[in-house]
Amino acid sequence: MSKLTVTSSPHIYTSRTTRSIMLDVLIALLPASVASVIIFGISSLFVIVTCVAAAMLSEFLFNLICKKEQTVGDLSSAVTGLLLALNLPATIPLWQAAIGAVFAIIVVKCLFGGIGQNFANPAITARIFLLLSFSGTMTAAVFPQNADIVSGATPLGVIGGQEGTMPTYLDLFLGNCGGALGETCALALLIGGIYLVVRRVITWQTPVVFIATVFLFSLVLGQDPVAEILSGGLFIGAIFMATDYATTPNTAWGKVIFGLGCGIITVLIRVYGSYPEGVSFSILLMNILTPYIERWTRTKPFGGAKA
Amino acid sequence: MPLFMLKGAHVPHRKNTAQMAAVRMPAPKSVTIPVSMHIGAPAVPAVKVGDHVDVGDVIATAGGFVSASVHASVSGTVKKIDTILVSSGNNVNAITIESDGEMKVSEAVKPPKLETFEDFINAVKDCGLVGLGGAGFPTAVKLKIDDLSRIKAVVINGAECEPYITSDTRTMLDEADWLKEGFALLEKFLKVKNIIIGIEKNKPECIAKMNELAAADPCLTVKPLPSVYPQGGEKVLIYHTTGAVVPEGKLPLDAGAVVLNCTTLAVLAKYCKTGMPLVEKCVTVDGSAVKNPQNVIVPIGTSIQDLIDFCGGFKEEPGKVLYGGPMMGIAVPNTECPIIKNTNAIIALNAKDSQPKKQTACIRCGSCVDHCPLHLNPVALSKAFRDGDCEELKKLKVNLCMECGCCAFVCPTGQPLVQRNKLSKAMLRNYKPEEGKK
Repeated sequence: MSKLTVTSSPHIYTSRTTRSIMLDVLIALLPASVASVIIFGISSLFVIVTCVAAAMLSEFLFNLICKKEQTVGDLSSAVTGLLLALNLPATIPLWQAAIGAVFAIIVVKCLFGGIGQNFANPAITARIFLLLSFSGTMTAAVFPQNADIVSGATPLGVIGGQEGTMPTYLDLFLGNCGGALGETCALALLIGGIYLVVRRVITWQTPVVFIATVFLFSLVLGQDPVAEILSGGLFIGAIFMATDYATTPNTAWGKVIFGLGCGIITVLIRVYGSYPEGVSFSILLMNILTPYIERWTRTKPFGGAKA
Repeated sequence: MPLFMLKGAHVPHRKNTAQMAAVRMPAPKSVTIPVSMHIGAPAVPAVKVGDHVDVGDVIATAGGFVSASVHASVSGTVKKIDTILVSSGNNVNAITIESDGEMKVSEAVKPPKLETFEDFINAVKDCGLVGLGGAGFPTAVKLKIDDLSRIKAVVINGAECEPYITSDTRTMLDEADWLKEGFALLEKFLKVKNIIIGIEKNKPECIAKMNELAAADPCLTVKPLPSVYPQGGEKVLIYHTTGAVVPEGKLPLDAGAVVLNCTTLAVLAKYCKTGMPLVEKCVTVDGSAVKNPQNVIVPIGTSIQDLIDFCGGFKEEPGKVLYGGPMMGIAVPNTECPIIKNTNAIIALNAKDSQPKKQTACIRCGSCVDHCPLHLNPVALSKAFRDGDCEELKKLKVNLCMECGCCAFVCPTGQPLVQRNKLSKAMLRNYKPEEGKK
């Protein structure tokens, strides 16, 4: 008889892999991607393809040059690329979008040790990097291709006092308003979020607490809470970015605190800051606090004696 | 009653043999019985090469307080007493008996005197009984309780949460009468008024059968448990049946509970009635490499190969053969290893099912944290292990880990989390905190 394998228990495993999880996230982002093409036209598709290709290629080349095991097959770079694309305006020059994707993968992810090791969300950090580098193209208010409104600013810009017409709640919910590719259609994002919760890829805590905090805190500060939660990048941030595994707490209470912190910072920036939008900054700031939040909220071992 | 249910993993059940009553296999040509089939000191051989023994004869006596005696499982001649390699990686003494094929029962096998508590404990000892759920702790040591009023409940483990295994299922279905005798013994000698049998809900027939017994016995309660692994883990079972928490470093008795596996109890009842000690075991033989999966009553010391041959042999080349289930079972180096007292299953997996999951980088998904029944943090433990940080390992309570395997089972990246915890415990055993540093 041939030799028997001897390994430590357990001897059976879940069929879930990093790749299957990332595939689930891509599926969850599909409605928002389709919505972006419907709302903003074919230029959305070009931005998406550019970002995903640039992200995957840069991870592939990084591993090749650094003689590391090839990890591009786990699809996490595709998720990063897609998320970044959905956070960019449809009119962004494609070379700028590509630079963003390369920055996200090489600087924010690979240089920190690759998947699971980065402390900041790559897509968010790249978005902020592009915002600071190319403010003009990044803050350009882009409107739906079929909209009769051509004037002024994004909904959050309007709330912030800029010239423009405020869309109705229904338009905000369906994404028929100005903004980045994938952030406007709350409906599509919600469908994706429910899919991820049902598939147990993410838990409900962070998105629900994040959005609820923005709602309540805006109400307290005298803003229109419904418009606040439907505008800007709140849904895409709360559902897809604030639930990133590597950069957010992995304990249940940690997720609650993370969502709460994000919500408060978002509203503070929106109401008192000089930027109309604060979702990206809030998530990045909370990313930095993640190790501490995780430590504070660590589960208490069952039956464990006090140390 | 518990305030909440402890977490765990939804592992596949694969109880393919649940409907198959155990069949007795004929005596093998020879058996090799290790003198250490329990936690504690090895037993001391009481026979020499050339001696003739009958079924039930003592062939090794308990080698200390925490130890258990060993009996001949076939009649025949002692062929050799030599060391063999067992699955723990240790070499232990083992007695090989060549069977005469007659299975003649020894004259020494007669019902024990059972009048006092002392008699009862001696009976448990003479039966050579150990915890048959898998741990193999000598039962007499567990039951020798000085102050019986400390027992609030005796918990009978019928959870059988491991995939594949159905030997306890068969005990509950086929040996319910023995269990009934066993409950009566516990009520009489341990003076308990509260016996709770915990059974996973995926065994409705067992629950029904035990409910029949409970209807006639006011002391007995049946507690159906969710089919979430590991309901049979001692601390989990105690919490889910009584609501009591076993504190760190303490025994179940400190939480008012005594836990016995249902098969352990049935064997004890049989011994008290007939005097036949623990010489055979019902073993579930299953897995993708086995031709005819079934439950088999096997003389202790039978080689895995003989048992598999009885089940029609391998239908495919086995890649891995396990003592016990796939979650906590031990992979054996070869099929010459014997069936021992606490073997409840032999699982043989084909080459494909034997492949360990490919390990990729941890993505910090937190699944391991979400599924640990004892609320440990496997991802933090892993980091502390790789850093060699013993203080952190102590703080994170790696000592509480029962190695149930939930964390490693749910891990999408194939991290060897259980193995790391085992190694961490070994590291802590050798760890001496520096002087003056607390």
